[in-house]
Amino acid sequence: MSTTENNAVDSNHHADDHHHGAPKGIKRWFLTTNHKDIGSMYLIFSLVMFFIGGAMAMVIRAELFQPGLQIVEPDFFNQMTTVHGLIMVFGAVMPAFVGLANWMVPMMIGAPDMALPRMNNWSFWILPFAFLILLSSLFMEGGGPNFGWTFYAPLSTTFSNDSTAFFVFSVHIMGISSIMGAINVIVTIVNLRAPGMTYMKMPLFVWTWLITAFLLIAVMPVLAGAVTMVLTDKYFATSFFDAAGGGDPVMFQHIFWFFGHPEVYIMILPAFGIVSQIVPTFSRKKLFGYSSMVYATASIALLSFVVWAHHMFTTGMPLAGELFFMYCTMLISVPTGVKVFNWVATMWRGALTFEVPMMFSIAFIVLFTIGGFSGLMLAITPVDFQYHDTYFVVAHFHYVLVTGAIFSIMAGAYYWLPKWTGHMFDIGLAKAHFWLSLISVNVLFFPMHFVGLAGMPRRIPDYATQFADFNAIISIGGFAFGLSQILFVVVVYKCIKGGDKVSDQVWEGAEGLEWEVASPAPYHTFSTPPEIK
Amino acid sequence: MTAKQSSWLLSAAVFANNAVAEEMPLNLTKGVTEISRNVYDLHMIIFYICCVIGAVVFGIMFWSMLYHRKSKGVAPANFHESTKVEILWTAIPFVILIAMAFPATKTLIAMEDTSKADLTVQVTGSQWKWHYKYFDHELEYYSLLATTKDEIYDKREKSVNYLLEVDRPLVIPTGQKVRFLITSDDVIHSWWVPEFAIKKDANPGFINEAWTRVDVPGIYRGQCAELCGKDHGFMPVVVIAKEPAEFDKWVSEQVEIAKKAKEEEQKLLAMNMSFDELMAHGEKAYNANCAACHQPNGQGIPGVFPALKGSAIAIGDLGAHIDIVVNGKPGTAMQGYGKQLGLKDLAAIITYERNAWGNSTGDAVQAAEVIKYMSGQ
Ligand code: HEC
Ligand SMILES: [Cu+2]
Repeated sequence: MSTTENNAVDSNHHADDHHHGAPKGIKRWFLTTNHKDIGSMYLIFSLVMFFIGGAMAMVIRAELFQPGLQIVEPDFFNQMTTVHGLIMVFGAVMPAFVGLANWMVPMMIGAPDMALPRMNNWSFWILPFAFLILLSSLFMEGGGPNFGWTFYAPLSTTFSNDSTAFFVFSVHIMGISSIMGAINVIVTIVNLRAPGMTYMKMPLFVWTWLITAFLLIAVMPVLAGAVTMVLTDKYFATSFFDAAGGGDPVMFQHIFWFFGHPEVYIMILPAFGIVSQIVPTFSRKKLFGYSSMVYATASIALLSFVVWAHHMFTTGMPLAGELFFMYCTMLISVPTGVKVFNWVATMWRGALTFEVPMMFSIAFIVLFTIGGFSGLMLAITPVDFQYHDTYFVVAHFHYVLVTGAIFSIMAGAYYWLPKWTGHMFDIGLAKAHFWLSLISVNVLFFPMHFVGLAGMPRRIPDYATQFADFNAIISIGGFAFGLSQILFVVVVYKCIKGGDKVSDQVWEGAEGLEWEVASPAPYHTFSTPPEIK
Repeated sequence: MTAKQSSWLLSAAVFANNAVAEEMPLNLTKGVTEISRNVYDLHMIIFYICCVIGAVVFGIMFWSMLYHRKSKGVAPANFHESTKVEILWTAIPFVILIAMAFPATKTLIAMEDTSKADLTVQVTGSQWKWHYKYFDHELEYYSLLATTKDEIYDKREKSVNYLLEVDRPLVIPTGQKVRFLITSDDVIHSWWVPEFAIKKDANPGFINEAWTRVDVPGIYRGQCAELCGKDHGFMPVVVIAKEPAEFDKWVSEQVEIAKKAKEEEQKLLAMNMSFDELMAHGEKAYNANCAACHQPNGQGIPGVFPALKGSAIAIGDLGAHIDIVVNGKPGTAMQGYGKQLGLKDLAAIITYERNAWGNSTGDAVQAAEVIKYMSGQ
């Protein structure tokens, strides 16, 4: 695929200064419209949020280390679980994927930048304010949001504390940011593909992000509607969710999960995309079943709109509703299975090597699948009555979100870091990060399955003594996992500062436009579109 | 020191006070009803299905990781699609799922059939307790956590049923179909007894149904399963299943006791309790019923639950004070206690609130005054 145009890009690199390069100073970051700068800011922001949300998880695990109340009071505990969830979902995972999209989508489709660069700047820069507002509410009288990240009414309306308006406002800002980001991704992919880059030639990361962006545009307004109704119920005497005024608290859950279920796919489809880039590279073999991957992603996205009420089996839905949502949920596991089979078939009879991104990807495939299995179990309505709102569910969604989404982000970061910085990261340290994370994350989340089956509800600050031993083990796993992530920061920092120079292709089996530009990727790439054969 | 010894020491240090706790089961309970056993079977079937699929998929993957390494000098194959294989591995899971859907549907239909019940109990959640009302008998009562604050704050050894014990458990007969009508007075709660495989949300303003038929007499423990505010972790469910004859005996005893208490209360109306008596009783009753929100020191939690120390109501108009305690304030966490507490408790609590923590109205509130505000009941 190498062409003369790409060589032209290389020479642009040397002529950066007269062909507006990166401006200097703090203003560069505030005013930048460069997709690489904005991508970096998204990634750094999400890393910071990952540690703040992680610190809250440490508080939770410290309190749960032993039965009894030792460290925090129940109300503060509830604030920790709530804000931990909100930060990890909206502050860590989603911005990390947007950051990766910013960096990689233009480079993968041969575009010079995102299509709407000023909006790109906006959609990033309003985010820190959203989280400042959210975090500051923790210090207000009565504390921050304490009703769970799902903010079920009427706990979040009539019975919530005074800072709820700040919570609503901050969720609105997050939503606006996501929608702007999604519009940008769609417009970029639809309009700025290099000549010859047909839809069915796009790398899977681009495909999964295109579909994710449509999901975002479809459901973020629903979330905005939900928080707005919470706002008016609490402060302006409406009764959307209050039976006394003709409303219905269960309707809140329908609206929330109509957003919430597609949201979980928003957090996993780009992960599928990343793994679909990495596995072929280190298998030295083309992705198996490219088109079925695309169709599977699209069908998962469509099905994700008709399974929301599987989060609500215990609310007292009619039998017909329970059956419908059970069947649909079971169905969604079929295209998800297809993806896993395709990755395994890609590895089959390849020539495998196990560099750090591949290690994270393989861990992703195994552990995400375990999360998928518990998801399939949760789909069976009669048994869900037993699992629902226990640690079994906590185990399930942490397997798909931590060893799923976050492991894929780690994999992607290690995969593209040399391209971004021009340096190979410290491989020994990165491997240590991988192994420590892999072991501790399983010590952390695997026992939760047992605790849940034994009957421990989620979101409680104290528990019956029979759960004590397992909770102590879980907490130790939690602290170890938390500490291991510091290694990641060290690896990234060292890699930015220096290290062995890498080639343009970086990884032996890597294919695609992003590996044809120089390493480190110059400030402007593909100012003239490459030609795709 | 061997690893075993040191791990023993560690657990001895950390768990010194749980030596008596029962062993945690590692799997879902089979429970004590036909439904709960069906649910358990479904759980095991789907679990085994996952194990088999996992073994096959991960087996192939690990094989590949062992034998298809570049370091073994293999050259990568060229294939990257096969319509046949892809159709096959879409179809097989599909068939497995359809096979799974049949027993699941059957069990679900049985679980939702609440008709022809022998006994009906209304279960009402509120922050943070359960209320049980027998439709077929003159009997209703609240059920509160029995674990003490001292145990929770590690000041006393934790009892065997720490956090899973209540003052008055629900009692039901064995062998009979018991229907539960589940609702809430404030936020959403969820009534869960694992041994019955019942978990149903208690939604304010709506009534959900569930049922059970328990085979074996015994004590069954569960918890509120839906986040319901500060003390969500402290509202357990305890159900005792008794043989029908014993159950009937228990019901008539309870009805009798309730009747006696009513009569006592009538007598109380004619009497005056002394200020000291009221204060002493009031402190106890306040700490049991009100301190969760307004705190033992009367200072509440700023921004969430108002302070009673120096509050305009607690040191102001007596009528307004009695009214909010007896009837609550709709649309807030302040529930009405007229239904839950006896006149003596109410009079004592109100007296206590008006004269504790530096409040000093000097009022000694009597049962006869409180009852005037009970008319709304
Ligand atoms: C579940 C938490 C909760 C419990 C338990 C509770 N209260 Fe309250 N209480 C509240 C809330 C919230 C308010 C404020 C209502 C409002 O918005 O005006 C309140 C208000 C009051 C007030 C009025 C205070 C003022 O200055 O406005 C009094 C008096 C009071 N409660 C007494 C009691 C008594 C007596 C008990 C025990 C029998 C009790 N409360 C139990 C939550 C609770
Ligand atoms: Cu509850």
